[in-house]
Amino acid sequence: MSDKHLIVEGLSIEFGGQSVVRNVSFTLAPGKTLALVGESGSGKSVTARSLIGLAGAGARVTARTLSYGGQDLLALSERGWRGLRGKGIGFVLQDALVSLDPLRPVGKEILEVLKTHNWGDRRSRRERVIELLEKVGVPEPELRARQRPDQLSGGLRQRALIASALAMSPGLVIADEPTTALDATVQAQILQVLQEIKARGDSLLIISHDLAVVAQLADEVLVLRHGVVVEQGPMQQVLRNPRHPYTQALLDAVPAEHARGTRLSPQGSAQAVAPRPAADSPVLLKATGLGKRYTAPDQQPRQVVDDVSFELRAGRTLGIVGESGSGKTTVARIVLGLLEPDAGQVQFLGHAWSGVGADRVLEKDRRLHRRDISVIYQDPLSSFDPRWSIGQILADALDVAGVSASQQPARISELLEQVRLPADLATRRPLQLSGGQRQRVAIARAIASNPKVIICDEPVSALDVSVQAQVLDLLADLQAALGLAYLFISHDLGVIRHVSDQVLVMRHGKVVESAPVDVLFENPQHAYTQRLLGAVPRLPGAGSELVVPPLEAESTAWLFDESQLWKIAI
Amino acid sequence: MSQIKAVNPQHERWAQLGRRAVWRLAGGVLVLWAVATLTFFALRLIPGDPVLAILGGQSANPTPETIAEATREYGLDKPLAVQYGLYLGRLVQGDLGVSYSQHLPVTKVLAEQSWATLQLTFTSLLLAWLLVLLLTVLTAGRRRWVSNLASLAETLSAALPHFWIGILLLAVFAFGLRWFPPAGSDGWRTLVLPSLALAIPLAGFIAQVTRESLEFTLEQPFVLTARTRGLSETAVRFKHALRHAVLPGISLSGWAIGALISGAVVIEVIFSRKGLGRQLYQAVQAQDLPLTIGISLAVAAVYVLANIVVDLLYLWVDPRQQGKTA
Repeated sequence: MSDKHLIVEGLSIEFGGQSVVRNVSFTLAPGKTLALVGESGSGKSVTARSLIGLAGAGARVTARTLSYGGQDLLALSERGWRGLRGKGIGFVLQDALVSLDPLRPVGKEILEVLKTHNWGDRRSRRERVIELLEKVGVPEPELRARQRPDQLSGGLRQRALIASALAMSPGLVIADEPTTALDATVQAQILQVLQEIKARGDSLLIISHDLAVVAQLADEVLVLRHGVVVEQGPMQQVLRNPRHPYTQALLDAVPAEHARGTRLSPQGSAQAVAPRPAADSPVLLKATGLGKRYTAPDQQPRQVVDDVSFELRAGRTLGIVGESGSGKTTVARIVLGLLEPDAGQVQFLGHAWSGVGADRVLEKDRRLHRRDISVIYQDPLSSFDPRWSIGQILADALDVAGVSASQQPARISELLEQVRLPADLATRRPLQLSGGQRQRVAIARAIASNPKVIICDEPVSALDVSVQAQVLDLLADLQAALGLAYLFISHDLGVIRHVSDQVLVMRHGKVVESAPVDVLFENPQHAYTQRLLGAVPRLPGAGSELVVPPLEAESTAWLFDESQLWKIAI
Repeated sequence: MSQIKAVNPQHERWAQLGRRAVWRLAGGVLVLWAVATLTFFALRLIPGDPVLAILGGQSANPTPETIAEATREYGLDKPLAVQYGLYLGRLVQGDLGVSYSQHLPVTKVLAEQSWATLQLTFTSLLLAWLLVLLLTVLTAGRRRWVSNLASLAETLSAALPHFWIGILLLAVFAFGLRWFPPAGSDGWRTLVLPSLALAIPLAGFIAQVTRESLEFTLEQPFVLTARTRGLSETAVRFKHALRHAVLPGISLSGWAIGALISGAVVIEVIFSRKGLGRQLYQAVQAQDLPLTIGISLAVAAVYVLANIVVDLLYLWVDPRQQGKTA
């Protein structure tokens, strides 16, 4: 296994005459890890897929050299490729919920690799599946092997996916965004599993847009932009002393490393945004003792939100951080008046907004103040009508806000300008926009009614890091200009640290800690907060080693998806 | 789900499927009751005296005494509500009455005729699925012109009416080439043409849905994962993609049973086959109340049963649906 070098020289990939990757070269030695870094559309995924002959239908792959373990990959027949895939090279995709067959138990998926390459017999294959699951740290492997991806937590199913890639002990593992969309503590555990692959002397090729993740694993980093390598070198050198401005911009865009009130994106002036209002500005939104209970699919009641209280003051940002299933989205829905709580009450602008029993508030009484509160979601695409133009989407919001039809065109141009979008975008449809542009339109829609409070539910979680930086900067500018208060929900501690004045840490529906942002991050009191902070990967030089939380923390975590419970509640 | 229950998932699945089946059967009984009631009252609304129908129509020229006797004998002098009550009472005991036109117990007519129709419908359904799988697995997501051509063929066959295909098949394969008999209901050879006539439009319809869903599935990340394991294209399609792709088609199959039975009415007449379709056609014309209700009930029962089977099949193929619905 010691001579299994991956050699790539002058790799170019075209789709229908259009070049997506140009002249990429690298060598990966056994026991080493190479990271391909770049944003969506940089060509990093297609580069990785071309290494196993799956660049896609219509792709034209050319290279001076493309070889693995002395075997010329360019000369491989389809049959030859099939012999290499899974056996010589393992491949791990992002998000095991969709990257594992959702209708089959995970054990069967691992079994399939062994069967395809004629490994062992029926009995030894079954034993091997259990052994593999154990190796990647899955507790109770016999039971888990019989469960489907949707019955496993995010961490367990990602481990199962990795186990399937490791089944034939390949000398090279390619992992395409293996930790994206995972909670911080789960991400730390998966990074540890990947580190073990490296420690065994196998090669690892990791694809990521997250430089902090890359810093945990890589020996060498290759930064791709628009299909071209802009920087390439040892990890420490690239991340500490980047030579190319694009690498620098990527590093700058990581919010965790930047204090509140500083800019993340290179565009515009580098100086701090406007000063924050004092901590004693008037209270706009006050929640007291909120509770919500659902009946889960297994007929068991679940206390999804339990005794949650907070205050949101004018012009300030309250961050709510927690992992999936912590109840943060349910809190947002109650505050928006879309979901009735089982306990507690909400006051908005000094009026009763939501409550239980005698305090129950009817929708017709809320309607008067609806325009004062709005919302931005994670995925704006699904919250827009795809048949409407951007102009129509904004006009609809203005209708609700009571703006007359004759004034709407002027106001639409004004809104687009406020979110820094060109005015001619008004005639386009959501599908024709980029992810960052869509989120800007969502922000424009949210501010259309001149609200006082905006609920931001994971508004940047689906965006590339540099786009995320621009959107966070925009939100900060709008807050200063319009005096908005944000209730900012995120699972990303870096983002929460960057935007918040006050932070609420939620777990299993309860608030475990609530403190001003600096206090919370400098001196976390609760063990869970400490564990959460310890699990965040950092850039080199930014401090301590990654702390991998014990597995117990996750395997006992609640296994549910709040969006599912929402359906049950209806 | 904080502790995933330590029961065997396999046993749990069977238990859930069983519970589901019992619930659906109970619902099915309600459906049958509704069918019996609707047909009973709908036939009373048709103009014409049922007594005349019993006695062989206007031409039989019955005497007033005979009419009065028949009216009493068949209980037609009692109020409608009483007749309905008596009817339901007999129905529960499995007595469907005596056919006015054939003077035979309805159950006997059903026993004689059902098998032929069931044979026809289920052969057609199987044939339709065979065509669907062949057409879609072989052509979906292949070269553009291949899948475009197949897609065109599907649209075309979905648009053709049963009776037209039936007559065409008769003309070519029965009268022209003389490969298959043009009429009758004995032996598998008589089954080929009529079930093809029913299967072709249905296959076109289900294949359109299945193709779209197969093409969608082949783009999913888990299919890419399967390919990274070294699976061949055929294995990817049969082991992973197909299971997802047939789901909408399975849902449609429940509906298709109903469409096939109503299609069988026409096809049985064209191919002079015995069967429920032809009997129903004649019974309605003769205003034969017991036979019409009997056949309607039998058809409804098959439809209800088929839908329960489809429902369970769907759950079997997509276990994620279990536990989501009560």
